[in-house]
Amino acid sequence: MRTLTRPGGKAYWVVLTATLVLFTVAFLVPLLWVLLGAFKPPAELAQQPPTILPQTWEPGAYADAWNYMDLGKFFLNTIVVAFGAWAVQMAVIVPAAYALSKLKPLFGNVVLGLMLATLMLPATALLVPVYLTLTDLDLLNNPAGIWLPAAANALNVYLLKRFFDQIPEELLEAARIDGAGTWTTLIRIVLPISRPILAVVSIFTVVAAWKDFIWPLLVFPDPAKQTLSVALQRFAPDTPINLLLAGLVLASLPMVALFLAFQRHILAGLTAGSIKG
Amino acid sequence: MRRHVTAYGFLSLALVVFAVFSWYPIVRGVVLSFQQVNFVSDPEWVGWENFQRLFDDPLFAVAWRNTAWFTVLALVIGFGVPFLTAVVLNELRHAKGYFRLLVYLPVMLPPVVTALLWKWFYDPGPGLFNSVLRELGLPTSQWLDSGNTALISIVLLTTWANMGSATLIYLAALQTIPGELYEAAELDGAGIARKVWHVTIPQTKFVILMLLLLQVVATMQVFTEPFIMTGGGPEDSTVTVLLLLYRYAFVYNDFGTASALSLILFAVLGVFSFLYLKVTRRADA
Repeated sequence: MRTLTRPGGKAYWVVLTATLVLFTVAFLVPLLWVLLGAFKPPAELAQQPPTILPQTWEPGAYADAWNYMDLGKFFLNTIVVAFGAWAVQMAVIVPAAYALSKLKPLFGNVVLGLMLATLMLPATALLVPVYLTLTDLDLLNNPAGIWLPAAANALNVYLLKRFFDQIPEELLEAARIDGAGTWTTLIRIVLPISRPILAVVSIFTVVAAWKDFIWPLLVFPDPAKQTLSVALQRFAPDTPINLLLAGLVLASLPMVALFLAFQRHILAGLTAGSIKG
Repeated sequence: MRRHVTAYGFLSLALVVFAVFSWYPIVRGVVLSFQQVNFVSDPEWVGWENFQRLFDDPLFAVAWRNTAWFTVLALVIGFGVPFLTAVVLNELRHAKGYFRLLVYLPVMLPPVVTALLWKWFYDPGPGLFNSVLRELGLPTSQWLDSGNTALISIVLLTTWANMGSATLIYLAALQTIPGELYEAAELDGAGIARKVWHVTIPQTKFVILMLLLLQVVATMQVFTEPFIMTGGGPEDSTVTVLLLLYRYAFVYNDFGTASALSLILFAVLGVFSFLYLKVTRRADA
């Protein structure tokens, strides 16, 4: 579709080249700079003017960083937090959205309204009372302290409900006539049809949990239980810079890999819930 | 009747989770704002004392000024840059996948990682930015080490880190604009700038407005970046409202005053959240 300019003209190639250069410099160069930086010894990193390719390669930096910061432990903690958050969220919101959409309970709209009302609140307005509730329930240093509050996600309930609403009633009726119970209908009919929206909600839940900082900071005072984000900021001041850079790269790799694998879902999911042109 | 029982069975987990971690804390937050909590004796009602303490704290005004300034900068830079980028990308027919990939890559990185990376880039000595400026013979900057530039340095980082999602949402909105509108404008003799002003912006105004409000709500709650990069300094120039809230709650253990500050923050942000919901509903209709 042609829009602002005529395609194929000289101006087009100028703009294309400029954008290519600008994007590469803005987004690729800094990341390559870090990737390569981790291979340089600290003295070379402090040198002026800086080197582009390492003069002295220290290929061991990534392994050293792994051992120095005990990253294996924090990776495992983060995986438990992120995938636990996903599992708990699914167990909570899928049946809820199904009930609100297809079982139409008495006062269902009131329940949905009360859930959606929580979206009005900035997340941080609840920082203190949720934290105190977690201490009352003795959930500090416990991954459940992340999983459970994260599961109270009204936006995801709403997204799922809206998708379920579009599933034709006749389909569920047919299942019922074939003798399927409510659970069977959910698992055999509704979930397989809803795979696209489930994928979107799942990916965004895992990514959000992996990226989060403030909640893990509050929930895990015990250093041994911390997630990567919290551990990295704790180690940052006392870690040789090349090891820290290697640690930052390693902590990002799973999310970059996830993005490369699920690009289509992630980019489609961006516009799924909120935006219509 | 049985249908309702079954339905509430399916809803039960969600009701418990929302009640314990959302609805009850809302009420508790309001109550706490008027209490003094010390975990030794029972909470004590103190009326408006917590609010009074906040208003007497010189950092309170500083934090709000910084947050407002941060929000304005984030709107000018963090809103303008993605929109312009989307308009340009919408014109291009080549390397689309590459552009999308690159612009969204930083969104996937944990904010702690980007904050620590940029802290290293901003190092006034051997940092990437000053090195490049020096190579080009341009004046260097103190970046995070000066009260004049620390806040804007953080805005630049958050723009870089978050512009992927805004850019791609704008791009999706731009692609829904019918091409005939541009052709009609062209027949009327409109140049590129006027086409953007008279066609592109009016056609995407709901999306623009929604992202604008979302961005206000998000930037007013900024915490991770100043916490990691500057800790609020230099000269308190990057103390945000949330950083102050964090200090009251988790450094001074004064949960009552922290809650009072949450309540004020909520009142301010509530306006924007309300507008956002109204706009969303109108766009949906």
